[in-house]
Amino acid sequence: MSEPPAQPAIEVSRLVKVFAGVTAVNDISFKVPRGEIIGFLGPNGAGKSTTMRILTGYLPATSGDVSICGFRVAEEPDSVKRRVGYMPENNPLPEDMRVSEYLYFRGRLKEVPRRKLGARIDEVLELCDLKRVRHKIIGKLSKGFRQRVGIAESVLAEPPVIIMDEPTIGLDPHQILIVRDLIASLRGRMTVLISSHILPEIEMTCDRVLIINQGRIVAQGTPAELRREVLGQSAYEIEAAGPLGSLQFVLGSIVPGLSVASEGPEDDQGFRKIKLKTIGDEDAGEAILRACLLEGLRVRALSRARPTLEDVFLAATRRSWDAVAEGQGPEAAP
Amino acid sequence: MRHFFTILAHEVRMLLVSPSTYVAAVSFLAVMGFIFTNILEKYSTAPQDASPASVFFSVYFLPVIFMVPLLTMKCLAEERRLGTIETLLTTPVTTTEVVLGKYGAAYLLYLAFWASTSGLFFILKRFAGDPRLIDPGPILGGYLFIAVSGLLFVSIGVFTSALSRNQAVAGLLCTTILIMVIFGGRYLGSVTWLDRESLAPLKAAVSYAQVSQHFMDFTRGVVDTRELLFYLSGTVLALIFSILSVEAKLLHS
Repeated sequence: MSEPPAQPAIEVSRLVKVFAGVTAVNDISFKVPRGEIIGFLGPNGAGKSTTMRILTGYLPATSGDVSICGFRVAEEPDSVKRRVGYMPENNPLPEDMRVSEYLYFRGRLKEVPRRKLGARIDEVLELCDLKRVRHKIIGKLSKGFRQRVGIAESVLAEPPVIIMDEPTIGLDPHQILIVRDLIASLRGRMTVLISSHILPEIEMTCDRVLIINQGRIVAQGTPAELRREVLGQSAYEIEAAGPLGSLQFVLGSIVPGLSVASEGPEDDQGFRKIKLKTIGDEDAGEAILRACLLEGLRVRALSRARPTLEDVFLAATRRSWDAVAEGQGPEAAP
Repeated sequence: MRHFFTILAHEVRMLLVSPSTYVAAVSFLAVMGFIFTNILEKYSTAPQDASPASVFFSVYFLPVIFMVPLLTMKCLAEERRLGTIETLLTTPVTTTEVVLGKYGAAYLLYLAFWASTSGLFFILKRFAGDPRLIDPGPILGGYLFIAVSGLLFVSIGVFTSALSRNQAVAGLLCTTILIMVIFGGRYLGSVTWLDRESLAPLKAAVSYAQVSQHFMDFTRGVVDTRELLFYLSGTVLALIFSILSVEAKLLHS
């Protein structure tokens, strides 16, 4: 059971999956180091679930290579399955079992020693705040509880890798918060791969984000890196009053690449909103203020618009659609 | 095979806590009791050639055709419909263990149902006062036949359950195949176009696969290893097909 510690938790290279002529996953490669929480982001049908199923060994890949903790999924499926806790999409659970019975059964299947299992079940019930419902029948639990049963089940055997397909789908904001804390509490101990299309969700919990669209990775990195890479600019908004005449010129000379994107109408006090954008990522707030003072403008407010992951996501998926459309354009034409 | 017993124990447990099992058991006993009473009434009016046990077991096909699909149609179809097959197969269990565990549980329940009919013979022995009515030979032979043929019938049920995610489809398919296995042999044995000389090997094979003939042999106390082999090989074949069917659905999903 010993494994080389240097191996990344998840390693995927050139993974391809074709379903009856439809390419669901098209040449994906990525690596996840141990202890990292990674978010898998993509529109519906992008290939997230398929990739996750291949990682767990449930579906065979068409081509490419997938390893979990150094074990290749295609060659040692049993070793891989012992190291992965998986919660599928929609979290299927048997309707007619009690929570504790279900966890006991799953623990036995996952080869948790019988002596330790009782204590471990108590632990995960505590972790997921399920103690109150441990004797309830799963079919009668609310969605939030069922979701937490699924999470409890996936961490039950303390696997080094946890894969969760949309763990927060259908939860209310309060439950999402609980689930998010739960996932964050696994940081460092376990490698977690979660998929979602709820962007703030991913942004808050994940160390790194993979954006996937139409079976390809279109962007990857930390949320901050992605903002830089995909949008490549930051935006500022000032509210100022006074003559704007040469502001554009002065700004450009102080901070290279800074320009006025748009000017709003004057309000009754003479202030107007001006949107500025820069090419780089460094903070230009001070420079903008200085330029405004030089110009004799009165400044009421200055704010830096932070692009959300949503902007990144939309930009990245749009970019990939454009690329696909370009690539396929001539072939599609009869 | 370490997970086989985990799954078997789990399945048996789930069957024992499920109300539908008890409803099925009660209706099974009611029907079998009704048949048994009818047989005894016939015996009380006029002396008969065969012992009540062999007459009773000769209607074995009724509970088989109705009970086996009900017992087995759920086992794999339900897992696939709910999607729990995905969580099940992403643990270190093999498809073989899953199929065998579910098959074992269904077979044990099938045996338990039939074992409960021994109460009918017990009541007969206790109150009839005529030792000739209780002939241990046909009773033992009958139960042995039920146990051996049940291996095949239940495995056919598991196989049809592996084919469809819809329980009703699985159940109907199972009934159809069971009827073909039980009565098809008798029909093929009687058709004349099989009497041609070129088809003689086929004819021999058909006459060998007569379930009702096997039943007669067992109740008469003849336990032929070829007949045992027929059921065992049929069971193994059906289970292998079930395993392949579950795996094929994953490959081509």
